[in-house]
Amino acid sequence: MTATRNNPFLRDKPAPDDVPERGRRDVLRALAAGVGLALAPGVTLYAFGGPAEARAPGDPVSSKVRWGLLIDVNKCADGCTRCVTACSTENGWSDTGHPLTDAQWIRKVKVTDPKTGASRSLPVMCQHCAEPPCVDVCPTGASFKRADGIVLVDKHICIGCRYCMMACPYNARSFIHESLKDQKPYAPRGKGTVESCTLCVHRIDAGRIPACVEACPAEGGGALAFGDLNDPAAEISQRIAKYASAQIRADLGTDPGVRYQNL
Amino acid sequence: MARVVYREIEGGAGFAGLLAILVAFTLTGIASAWYMEHYGHIVTGMNNRIVWGMPHVFAVFLIVTASGVLNVASLGSVFGRTPYKPMARLSGLLAIAFLVGGLAVLVLDLGRPDRLIVAMTKYNLKSIFAWNIFLYIGFLVVVAAYLFVQMERRMNRFAPSVGWFAFIWRLVLTTGTGSIFGWLVARQAYDAAVMAPLFIAMSLSFGLAAFLLVTMTVYGLTGRPLGVHILNRLARLLGIFAAAVLYFTALQHLTNLYAAEHAGVERFILLEGGIYTALFWIVQVVLGGVVPIALVYIPATARTWTGIAAASALVIAGGLAQIYVIIVGGQAYPLILFPGMEVQSSYQDGVVAAYMPSLAEIGLGVGGVAFALAIAAVGMKVLRFLPDSLSDDALDPHRQPARAVNT
Amino acid sequence: MPVRAFHFLFLAALPAFALVYTALGAPPAAAQELPSSRVFVPAPPKGKGDKCIADKDFMRRNHMKILEHQRDQTVYDGVRIKRTSLKECVACHVVNGPDALPLTSESPKYFCRVCHDYAAVKVDCFECHVSRPPVAKAAGLPAGEKERDALASFLKEGRQ
Repeated sequence: MTATRNNPFLRDKPAPDDVPERGRRDVLRALAAGVGLALAPGVTLYAFGGPAEARAPGDPVSSKVRWGLLIDVNKCADGCTRCVTACSTENGWSDTGHPLTDAQWIRKVKVTDPKTGASRSLPVMCQHCAEPPCVDVCPTGASFKRADGIVLVDKHICIGCRYCMMACPYNARSFIHESLKDQKPYAPRGKGTVESCTLCVHRIDAGRIPACVEACPAEGGGALAFGDLNDPAAEISQRIAKYASAQIRADLGTDPGVRYQNL
Repeated sequence: MARVVYREIEGGAGFAGLLAILVAFTLTGIASAWYMEHYGHIVTGMNNRIVWGMPHVFAVFLIVTASGVLNVASLGSVFGRTPYKPMARLSGLLAIAFLVGGLAVLVLDLGRPDRLIVAMTKYNLKSIFAWNIFLYIGFLVVVAAYLFVQMERRMNRFAPSVGWFAFIWRLVLTTGTGSIFGWLVARQAYDAAVMAPLFIAMSLSFGLAAFLLVTMTVYGLTGRPLGVHILNRLARLLGIFAAAVLYFTALQHLTNLYAAEHAGVERFILLEGGIYTALFWIVQVVLGGVVPIALVYIPATARTWTGIAAASALVIAGGLAQIYVIIVGGQAYPLILFPGMEVQSSYQDGVVAAYMPSLAEIGLGVGGVAFALAIAAVGMKVLRFLPDSLSDDALDPHRQPARAVNT
Repeated sequence: MPVRAFHFLFLAALPAFALVYTALGAPPAAAQELPSSRVFVPAPPKGKGDKCIADKDFMRRNHMKILEHQRDQTVYDGVRIKRTSLKECVACHVVNGPDALPLTSESPKYFCRVCHDYAAVKVDCFECHVSRPPVAKAAGLPAGEKERDALASFLKEGRQ
């Protein structure tokens, strides 16, 4: 125990050499700007100056921030599934031919009013509730809410009981029914545990925005917006303050961090 | 009352054969669990919508039955009904055996059963599931202590107080089991405080039915005397318990029917749910409720072994159906994300979820029952749980002389 | 009577068990000091870099503590220290198979497994984490594209 307490590798702050040098990054930044759209798919300039830039590497996440999404349903086209594809590519979940047991972190839901026939199409994923029922019911504490409002599963202590899936009002979680191979290094996933949208936590920690938001086509108007709900200056907060928005099953009082406009 | 002599059950080919069958089913259960663990839950019928399936039906049934089967002991030491006292030891043994069987199924169905140690060391104290882990382990300890004070003569004087404690513990335990469902705010079929008393009524009914069946089987096989009068008294109690289950079931559905919000799920379970509707009305209500109540009150059957055994078996079949309807039926009905709207998606939103239990799941569930019974059988063989005689005269010599009975 | 028989059997089994344990499972405490010992000692393959983040002895005893500490920091606090991350371990301790591609943890020659198999300790990491660096694509690409991919992956990782 004492051996590990004084061990330099277990310190909370990274050593200077853990962090890429500023100079090297600046060069790359310029380079990337030059490479422009020829860059590999999914890599955009959002990598720099993203919303999470304020947090220094090595600092734990802070509860001053609450990440959230705002989805403008008017701009979400029926039949467009780019956010779903982007999430699947980013996080490595996909169709294996078992529709009932395959994971789906995000899905497009078509909502139709039976009285008028009017219909809407919108993406539904983990709603990152402020009062998440999945976290309340988890017997081991594997389901948890990070200080910055992201609801995650600590798969190291998930025993696979699926009680969180019973408790989730949004049908947002999936259980991994089969052995997996070649997962993404930043999105570990394994048989026998429960998973759901992580809001691309690995991207947020790197100062980037979630893959679904990035993929939502600009020409369609950009139906998805990501930002800090606690920051009144953030675009997402200003839009929420200005225009009416709704939460799914707001009556349950879970206070989702995902909001919908024009629903 | 004459001094009760307890003795281990006789061995012999009959016992060996019975134990061999139970062990074979237990091994099948273990093999099923291994198969599910190795290949993942893809080899079960469970999916992302029906996340709890057949193993949970058996596990919840066994756990509920475990707390209920202890009531025969409570009748003696809590409610002071002397004739039932000789059966208290068997009641305690069965309670432990059924709970261990149920927990084994629950644990072996986990996605990561190898992480059992995590479930034992990390607790989220806000989770009713975590409370239940304490309640289950505590129940085993309390019932073991209860058996000890009954079986060790120098400790006998503590039996009433330990009995009271065990009785209260079992009520809390079943409240906890019911609340696993009752506190799920998200689902239309659950989210009801009545789940806790309903589960208590279920435990009383299923537990007594299981106790009757086991006692009749063991006394029949060992040739020890078992009076039809005492059986009849227990069977009439079973009738009351079965009626209580019907009462709370009616309360559950009537409350839901009154709320327009829940009309959809009620229409599903009570009218349009196919297999769930059939299981509810035919197996749970008629075969598992009305018929056994009739069997234990109609004089022609109420005082016969066949009648009482049939009533008990039907209560158990009805109980399994009831838990299937609650667990699987409750999940099959879709979550309501957008009240009043029709929804469709690639993730089965808005549709009734399909579920076909696989052989492995059933094997695991039945294995749990066999394991519980095997524990009970070995227990009876190595320790003195069973009285030599449960004849009516031995239990209650002062009772009115028996009328002529059809045995 | 049968109870006593059980006890007897159990007691009789104890020395037998101890014997088997000593013969098969007892750790070869002196193996390091006695290179000429006939006891088989695992020889894990060398990593790619110059040296590990700490000396061999320390890592042998403490690698799991470092990993677990880092794991909780990352999962709960969002702190992603590159130096002690599993991803870095995997990248550095890569072992190439006969096809020149990195082995996965399915192979008994995989770095972690050489010792873990020997000690009969299951590695749980790779149930979820990928056990080799993602190089499959870069291997077959022309030089220019390889560089582009490297840049892309650096950018993708951001400040990790």
